[in-house]
Amino acid sequence: MFAAVMILLVVSGSFVFHFMSPWRATPVASNWGSIDETMALTFIITGAGFLAVGLFLVYCLWRFRHKPGSKADYEPENARLELILTFITTLAVVILLAPGLLVWGQFVTPPENATQIEAVGVQWSWSFRLPGADYQLGTSDVRMIDATNSLGVNPSDPRSADDLIVTDGELHLPVNKAVKVLLRSVDVLHDFYIPQVRAKMDLVPGIVSYLWFTPTNIGEYEILCAAYCGNGHPQMRGKLIVDSDEDYEKWLHAQQTFEQTRKAQQKTIKVGVN
Amino acid sequence: MSDITIKPDEQVPPAEVPEMELFHSHSWWTTYVFSQDAKVIAIQYAATAISIGVLALILSWIIRIQLAFPGAVSFIDSQVYYQSVTMHGMIMVVYMLTAILLGGFGNYLIPLMVGARDMVFPFVNMLSYWIYLLATLVLATSYLVPGGPTGAGWTLYPPQSILTGTPGYDYGIIMMLVSLILFIVGFTMGGLNYVVTVLQARARGMTLMRMPLTVWGIFTAAVLALLAFPGLFVACVMLLLDRLAGTSFFMPAIVEFGEHKNYNGGSPILFQHLFWFFGHPEVYIVALPAFGVVSDIISVHARKNIFGYRMMVWAIVAIGVLSLVVWGHHMYVSGMDPTFGFFFAITTLAIAVPTALKVYNWVLTLWRADIHFTTPMLFALGFLVTFLNGGITGLYLGNVIVDVPLSATLFVVAHFHMVMGIAPVLVIFGAIYHWYPKITGRMMNETLGKIHFWITFVGAYAIFFPMHYLGLLGIPRRFYEMGQTAFVPDSAHTLNIFITVMALVVGFVQFIFFYNLFHSLKNGKPSGGNPWRAASLEWQTPETPPGHGNWGETLPVVYRWPYAYSVPGANQDYLPQNMPPIKGEHII
Ligand code: HEM
Ligand SMILES: [Cu+2]
Ligand SMILES: [Cu+2]
Repeated sequence: MFAAVMILLVVSGSFVFHFMSPWRATPVASNWGSIDETMALTFIITGAGFLAVGLFLVYCLWRFRHKPGSKADYEPENARLELILTFITTLAVVILLAPGLLVWGQFVTPPENATQIEAVGVQWSWSFRLPGADYQLGTSDVRMIDATNSLGVNPSDPRSADDLIVTDGELHLPVNKAVKVLLRSVDVLHDFYIPQVRAKMDLVPGIVSYLWFTPTNIGEYEILCAAYCGNGHPQMRGKLIVDSDEDYEKWLHAQQTFEQTRKAQQKTIKVGVN
Repeated sequence: MSDITIKPDEQVPPAEVPEMELFHSHSWWTTYVFSQDAKVIAIQYAATAISIGVLALILSWIIRIQLAFPGAVSFIDSQVYYQSVTMHGMIMVVYMLTAILLGGFGNYLIPLMVGARDMVFPFVNMLSYWIYLLATLVLATSYLVPGGPTGAGWTLYPPQSILTGTPGYDYGIIMMLVSLILFIVGFTMGGLNYVVTVLQARARGMTLMRMPLTVWGIFTAAVLALLAFPGLFVACVMLLLDRLAGTSFFMPAIVEFGEHKNYNGGSPILFQHLFWFFGHPEVYIVALPAFGVVSDIISVHARKNIFGYRMMVWAIVAIGVLSLVVWGHHMYVSGMDPTFGFFFAITTLAIAVPTALKVYNWVLTLWRADIHFTTPMLFALGFLVTFLNGGITGLYLGNVIVDVPLSATLFVVAHFHMVMGIAPVLVIFGAIYHWYPKITGRMMNETLGKIHFWITFVGAYAIFFPMHYLGLLGIPRRFYEMGQTAFVPDSAHTLNIFITVMALVVGFVQFIFFYNLFHSLKNGKPSGGNPWRAASLEWQTPETPPGHGNWGETLPVVYRWPYAYSVPGANQDYLPQNMPPIKGEHII
């Protein structure tokens, strides 16, 4: 009796908590509202399953608790029932999976017209590189990193010179324009994660990974690292600022190109030597 | 299944392996310390696993205190925090759960449940324990080396695990890798034993489809472990070489804090594949024995046959097979080719079907049963609820696109604690309360057991259920402090304090269990040989606790399945497996 009541409280308490909880996903600020919809569908289907099994369990505990003289049934199996349950479960799984895979299909195919930019992770900060006037990023390799070239951009690639280098951890993007973020790490695994954007992906040294999204709301968002990367992992923060087109242009013009940063750093190094 | 008029023994096939001479010990040392008796080895395994598990429990307090009261305890800095998280996770999964479920329950129950005198290779079995103990000691010793234990996270992902930004990158990680290698060597010896014993040493009449589900669960888990642990083994050896010999298996060209390292061309993702090729089956290595044990506990204490036995066996086998092809769901956002996501999402959600069927069958076993709310039964029910909850959140994380926002957040931490932390631990407790009378000849105290159960179950649920919502909010895991973050409201901090208080309460309540465990050794009510009136073989031994060789003069002969409870027409409410058939019995 007590057990049935307690388990009823746990099961129903879970539902009360779910609906009362002030802790829910941040408002989405990208095109990935479809991820939220898939999750909402998952909540409905799995919630129904949890409730059905949970309440059935509670009913059995209450109804078939031991009383003097009571005796259990003997029923080794029931092929029909097992078949029906298999069918229902498979159906539920397919309903969950099919829309999920469709959205995943979108997730892994960035639109043709997406602007390519690059996010680079280093213990424990973020840098960015945006294409310059040629709309193209030069090649890069961590082996080219030196005091004047913290991101390892290839100086002999003609497309590199006008790339814009952002090292203060603050990335601006124009609103409503699809962007494909190429992800690169110079040391360990990191993960580019903006809760409001929903998308996230690891940065892996040695390869270039990517994700894409379209920011839909002007505003300021935090970039976190979601892959454990050593002692400074929680402090590895950046900022995404989604601008109107005008503000974005203004910011863009204030950034330095690869050539400029390199020259400036070469100068400071020389000054240092003298 | 067939209706037959039975002449005892006519139907029973001859033994597959002739009786063999057991090793007989002659001294105290070989009886209690370097013992080759599976029952003693089982207790050694369990005692070691529980002891190191207590360390892991205390480490979880350090983690929780830091998360609720950042900076309040001065010795907890980021290094100590990450070392605690790493050791907590690794110990709980490998050195505690795997060791107690296979080494502990496997050793104790397999020979008794299949009607054997011992494991088939008793010497190797003994060796298995001592190597496990050595592995545990090496791991514990890493607290004494300069720099302390590794803080690389229990996943030990390179490059981070062997670079300077991570605590214990110098010696701790070496100790961890050596310890794991030892563990796997020791485990392989035990695992082969469990598998061969089940296949070769069963009593006459104990067909595979008459084995208790506990044996099926442990057997399948042992097979899985033999297939999966080599993945971890090679990963450890290669990582050790990267760390010590300058190879580059997992290490690409890297610039660490401005300095070019001497590595080139390796693949960090390769490590993740190897790790999770072990790591996912590991979840089932822990879960399958728990599934089996829970089935048996429910059946005995509800006085009813397990519903759909054959389906349960096939579900265990199907889960075992499928679990070898789902590892990629831990790597959806790892940077591997994202088209793999389609494959792994499909295999992962496919595994949900046999898993769900098992849950249905447990609950259906309670339908029209005669439920006794004993302590073991309560723990089994606690398992049902936590496993149901944790299994359901697995559908979120398995469905690749839904995993994208949730991965690496506290949602994941909550999910895996429900499904492979709390659920199996509840089963382990239930199993101890259930088999304690057989092991010691005495009952544990039921009142203390029930107090222990309710606080542990409700408390653990209160720790991990709300934690999902912090993950939903977007709080990442492995953050030793949240810092200033606009999207995290103050109320999240209040919730963190609540969770920590619950964690401390649940932790301390375990001492009631330890008190009960030790106090009952001397003071428990004498139990007799079969206090739960159970039908499976281990309860039918001539002596309790079972003597050396388990069965006295003659091995038992098995006539029916282990779930003959409340059989219509029978004049007692259970029919032991080794009782000759009764007139008109419908034999299974
Ligand atoms: C009451 C008992 C327990 C409490 C309060 C607890 C608490 C925690 C906490 C707070 C974390 C860190 C989460 C983070 O990264 O922010 C953690 C990590 C972990 N726990 Fe537990 N835990 C408990 C029992 C268990 C058990 C029984 C297992 C066995 C499977 C387990 C396995 C793990 C693993 C694998 C990790 C991940 C470690 C890592 O991130 O490297 N825990 N636990
Ligand atoms: Cu990080
Ligand atoms: Cu998994």
